[in-house]
Amino acid sequence: MELKDKLLSSYVAFENRVDTNSDVHEIRSKALKSFENLGFPTKKLEAWKYTSLNSVLKEDYSLFPNKGVAVELADVKKYFIHDIDTYNVVFIDGKYSSFLSETTHENIDVCLMSGALSKPKYKAVIDNYFNKIAKQDNLTSLNTAFATEGAYINIPRNIEVEKPIQIINFTTGSDAATMLQPRNLIVVGENSHVQIIERHQSLTSNPVLTNAVTEIFADKRAFVDYYKIQNDDIKASLVDNSYVEQQSNSVVSVHTFSFGGNITRNNLNFFQKGEYIDSILKGITISEGKQHIDHHTLVHHITPNCESHQDYKGIYDDRSTAVFNGKVIVEKEAQKTNAYQQNNNILLSDKATINAKPQLEIFADDVKCSHGCTIGQLDDDALFYMQQRGIPEKEGKALLMFAFANTVLESVKIPEVKQRITKIIADKLGVDIGFDL
Amino acid sequence: MLKIENLQASIDDKSILNGLGLEVKSGEVHAIMGPNGAGKSTLANIIAGKDDYEVTAGSIELNGQDISELSPEERAHEGIFLSFQYPVEIPGVSVTNFIKTAINQTRKAKGLEDMPAKDMLKMIREKSELLEIDRKFLSRSLNEGFSGGEKKRNEIFQMAMLEPKLAILDETDSGLDIDALRIVASGVNKLKSKDNAVIVITHYQRLLDYIVPDFVHVLYDGKIVKSGDASLALELEAKGYDWIKQELV
Repeated sequence: MELKDKLLSSYVAFENRVDTNSDVHEIRSKALKSFENLGFPTKKLEAWKYTSLNSVLKEDYSLFPNKGVAVELADVKKYFIHDIDTYNVVFIDGKYSSFLSETTHENIDVCLMSGALSKPKYKAVIDNYFNKIAKQDNLTSLNTAFATEGAYINIPRNIEVEKPIQIINFTTGSDAATMLQPRNLIVVGENSHVQIIERHQSLTSNPVLTNAVTEIFADKRAFVDYYKIQNDDIKASLVDNSYVEQQSNSVVSVHTFSFGGNITRNNLNFFQKGEYIDSILKGITISEGKQHIDHHTLVHHITPNCESHQDYKGIYDDRSTAVFNGKVIVEKEAQKTNAYQQNNNILLSDKATINAKPQLEIFADDVKCSHGCTIGQLDDDALFYMQQRGIPEKEGKALLMFAFANTVLESVKIPEVKQRITKIIADKLGVDIGFDL
Repeated sequence: MLKIENLQASIDDKSILNGLGLEVKSGEVHAIMGPNGAGKSTLANIIAGKDDYEVTAGSIELNGQDISELSPEERAHEGIFLSFQYPVEIPGVSVTNFIKTAINQTRKAKGLEDMPAKDMLKMIREKSELLEIDRKFLSRSLNEGFSGGEKKRNEIFQMAMLEPKLAILDETDSGLDIDALRIVASGVNKLKSKDNAVIVITHYQRLLDYIVPDFVHVLYDGKIVKSGDASLALELEAKGYDWIKQELV
């Protein structure tokens, strides 16, 4: 049976197990209809022109993995940022792992979506925010229809969350192939600060398909730093649909580090709903083999006097393919917008491909919008210069790549995350250079 | 130390060096002069191992070892240093971190541990004082936005840090004002010893007022056509290169 039919036919049994009487159920049913009409995206859609999911949709996925297999902390510790104290919301095969998690309800809620969806005390927040900015599109709707579990984070006003929050989804592969649909909701109140680190990690070489949706709401003067570490197993594919809504004077940054995985598609959407907002979207992509990594960003400037800063660096080797599609919409009312977009790409191999597409739709007349897009290769003269100083070719190349990606790395605010990313890059490039740039 | 015999090289089938010979011994300073296009920078690049050129004949030996099959980094590990005519800008890598990486990679190639951070800092301080380099300069991105003089001073700073056996200074005087020239030359002179050697490639005599050569060679049409002592440089400065070209006819 095709995956679409399998999903549709499993829905009835699924919906009887969950919230049939709630408002959320309405949302689910509508979302399922939407998915039923649209189906999985195909290359005929402009937004999916360069990314085909066909190869991963063929697998016979287990949609509701039965039981989370026990995982030893020692085996998975390396996937945590473990050298600092953090809150942890951890899932194994889509099920909450209390053993690996550290949640809280003290002043703030760092807990589970399943609880938030079912318990009355969260109803007000769910009514206000759940599925309010997530689009009615193919994959987001699919997630909405089946959303039961994920991280629920609610920070009331005037709170500086003292330690970062990690959201980690492990897959154990107890089934031959697993499909997961985590759903996160993050609400950050006025003048509050929070840092979040998110990771999807397959612990098996069986195929995994994750279709994740995250909604982030930043109220006035809120600060949110979000780090996505995508360094998954080569058989794991990910569609990450993230939606951010910002109110006046808020600053939200999302860093996406895409190194691993089979097919990775990031749909990152920002909506500005106030003035003097800053939206920051940054990413480093390093691909090899037959990996495919796609970044689709959208910044929707709806209101005046706001800024957005995008900086995506990509390095592609072997036969890997990549996409950067950066869309900026500046509405007529959004005067004095300052939108900046930078996308630089390096092809290490003749067979690697990057499809880069800056897309600016500007309807206001008093704005500053700049974008720069480059595709090139490593500078041979710089490499010779380094070799002449005794730095071997491989290390020299790595140093040039670090330098190339450094504008993104240096904006990471948690030192331990920066170190970890540096280490992952060094491992990926097969070098052991212990420098910080 | 360095022995070059009958070196012939070409780029894109255009012959640039036509049977060049040169011998440099420890403790010596050699100057190579010559008109534009004579092959001076090509010679420097070939000694350093740049692979844009095809060496069609001849040999290059360093301390009795043929180095023509060695990669640029292996030659650097053997003690060859080239001060570039146009040092490359590397945004995102600071001067300090670059030189740390260069030194530790060189040590690694010799089977040594990384230099302890304390020693490294001490050495950086000493050598940067020698070349009158400001602290702030060391944390800037390598050569990015440097003036011509700063780039050349940074080259000699790296030379001081790496302590090469054979240093080739390719037009190190170009782009330098007189004060910077004096600082760079005095740096080179302080690094000179009986165990190392220097090849100075230049158009003009003025650098040789400060770095006094033991031998001066004139490179013309891919060959060394005349050699002499320091007075040859003065003669070239006074008379230009035309008389040598005429002598050859």
